Amino acid sequence: MVLLSLAWKSLRNRLLTTSLTVLSIGLSMALLLGVENVRVGARESFANTISQTDLIVGARGGSLQLLLYSVFRIGQATNNISYESYQHWKNHPAVAWTIPYSLGDSHRGFRVVGTTEDFYQHLRFRRDRQIEFAAGHSPKDVFDVALGSDVAQALGYKLGDKVVIAHGVAAGRGIADNDHADKPFTVSGILKKTATPVDRSLYIQLEGITAVHIDWADGAPPMAGDEIPASKISKENMKVEQITSFLLRCKSRIATLQLQREINTYKDEAMQAIIPGVTLQELWRTIGYAEDALQVVTIFVILVGLLGMLVSLYTSLNERRREMAILRAIGAGPGKIIALLVLESGLLAFAGCILGVVMIYGLSFIFQPIVEQQFGLYVPVQPPTQTGWIYLGAVIFAGLLIGFVPAWKAYRNTLADGLSVRV
Amino acid sequence: MSSPAVVLRDVRFSYRSGPEILDIPELTIARGERVFLFGPSGSGKTTLLGLLAGVLTGYTGSVEVLGQDMAKLRGSARDAFRGSHIGYIFQLFNLIPYLTVEENITLPGRLHPARGKQTGDVNAVAQRLGIEHLLSRSVTQLSVGQQQRVAAARALLGGPELLIADEPTSSLDFDHRERFLELLFENCALSNSTLLFVSHDRSLAGKFDRQLSLLDFNRAHRKEAAV
Ligand SMILES: Nc1ncnc2c1ncn2[C@@H]1O[C@H](COP(=O)(O)OP(=O)(O)OP(=O)(O)O)[C@@H](O)[C@H]1O
Ligand SMILES: [Mg+2]
Repeated sequence: MVLLSLAWKSLRNRLLTTSLTVLSIGLSMALLLGVENVRVGARESFANTISQTDLIVGARGGSLQLLLYSVFRIGQATNNISYESYQHWKNHPAVAWTIPYSLGDSHRGFRVVGTTEDFYQHLRFRRDRQIEFAAGHSPKDVFDVALGSDVAQALGYKLGDKVVIAHGVAAGRGIADNDHADKPFTVSGILKKTATPVDRSLYIQLEGITAVHIDWADGAPPMAGDEIPASKISKENMKVEQITSFLLRCKSRIATLQLQREINTYKDEAMQAIIPGVTLQELWRTIGYAEDALQVVTIFVILVGLLGMLVSLYTSLNERRREMAILRAIGAGPGKIIALLVLESGLLAFAGCILGVVMIYGLSFIFQPIVEQQFGLYVPVQPPTQTGWIYLGAVIFAGLLIGFVPAWKAYRNTLADGLSVRV
Repeated sequence: MSSPAVVLRDVRFSYRSGPEILDIPELTIARGERVFLFGPSGSGKTTLLGLLAGVLTGYTGSVEVLGQDMAKLRGSARDAFRGSHIGYIFQLFNLIPYLTVEENITLPGRLHPARGKQTGDVNAVAQRLGIEHLLSRSVTQLSVGQQQRVAAARALLGGPELLIADEPTSSLDFDHRERFLELLFENCALSNSTLLFVSHDRSLAGKFDRQLSLLDFNRAHRKEAAV
């Protein structure tokens, strides 16, 4: 206790070097915890891109592929599934709700998604958040379109603007931008930001997808004279033949595996159902190595911070030889001298850790909204994670350990100096 | 009061691989004695004090302090012995800069509970030395004379049996030196402490019970001179 108060007062006495050291450890600690938070945030945002969905169902193929185009709007489906099969599963007694997706068209680099009211009602992300409208409402007419917030922002659209949909999803594939120019859509609503891939798509009704392709045959535009004008199209006379995939929620989660098996062995059509959580994890593992690299860098930053502490303690020793001789004279043994210096460096590391935690709390509090808006990354403001605590403990331990270097030097000094006066 | 305060027999000491600095066949200081020790600079006075305080080890022969054979004490026991029974005053810079006057004075007692128990009233000691109004001050705000009195207060608190002072007055002017010495004597008398006082200033020597010249009882330098 006496030593602790000595260590504390001695550090306070060298206020400038002490605060600089604490600051440098604090900054590197904040960086380490920040990276850890971003890592957890990224993984969680990723895992919560979609929630409350038990199964994703599409034509048979790669499960990763199905996840990528259904959730992240990356890549394309090789096959569609029939609307009949979709109806079959939608009406299955174990199913609570479904959200159908019809994909394959785009608008200036953004995907166009055909779906139904179910999308606006049932889709959940980040546990229990749901789609909301910043302006307008969901598409009510065949030629209505709702815009994801990124789309609206990037293209500067507002309610009532006309939007022309292009056939195909890859830009520069030689298909003109105005493929479906004869059937423009009207912006009826703009979605609020979700910080998920939802923001980067346009949403129309399933019938809208049918409508723009009604006069096409075998994936080719209609011959002159065969076009069916938009004025002749209404929601009632558009028959949906097929969709690309659908999300599905079971009434009870226990039924999920049973239903998955049923879908995968469905005889009428080759289909597959995947559990999004499992496939998301698979995907994360393949892209997660980047976080390890980040981790290594921050650990080096911490090491530099601790080295700074070592240097400042070590260089202060020469001015403190006097102090050590006095302590010796009044009966402090070499063990106590060592303990004093180890305590000092432990205190520095401890204070640095506290500062780091406070800083990262403050910073994530201030920057959370900005990061969410700019990068679609939801970084939680929360006490250190388990890994975070391990880092904190490790740094304090390393601080104590490093304290032994100057302590050993001081010990050697006191033995050599005895009680002679060295200034 | 059976054993003398200090008994040295056939003590030889040299710093690691250096020349022999002390070679003392015999030295005894009685309890309660006030001894004035002098000798040229570099003759080994501080080294001798280090042996008595149990800070320096690696000597041959026997060093007995207050009846305790210092060689028999190991590591922390030696430190505890020094902390509990010996008061030590340096020539200059006696104080820990980041502690207040009072914290400096009470530090030995806090490091060594044995000393702490017999610790008298800090205020009483401070009052006798005329520094009671400085107790809560930072030591960096004191004059040199005040610092030396604080150092004396720390060394005297708890009434150590042996008080060692290594040129404590060399930085003081004449008036302060006289007063400081009087205070030291007074307080030693109060607690019946033995005083071993090192100084170059021979004008003070007359006030002591005994005057010792290191060159007289240390043979190391005679050998050197002969070479
Ligand atoms: N820590 C040390 N390591 C090695 N040699 C030392 C050490 N301390 C002192 N010496 C040497 O031992 C000799 C005696 O030193 P000491 O300090 O005991 O002298 P002193 O009589 O106290 O001198 P002064 O009156 O100047 O204080 C000197 O030659 C000095 O160089
Ligand atoms: Mg000396």
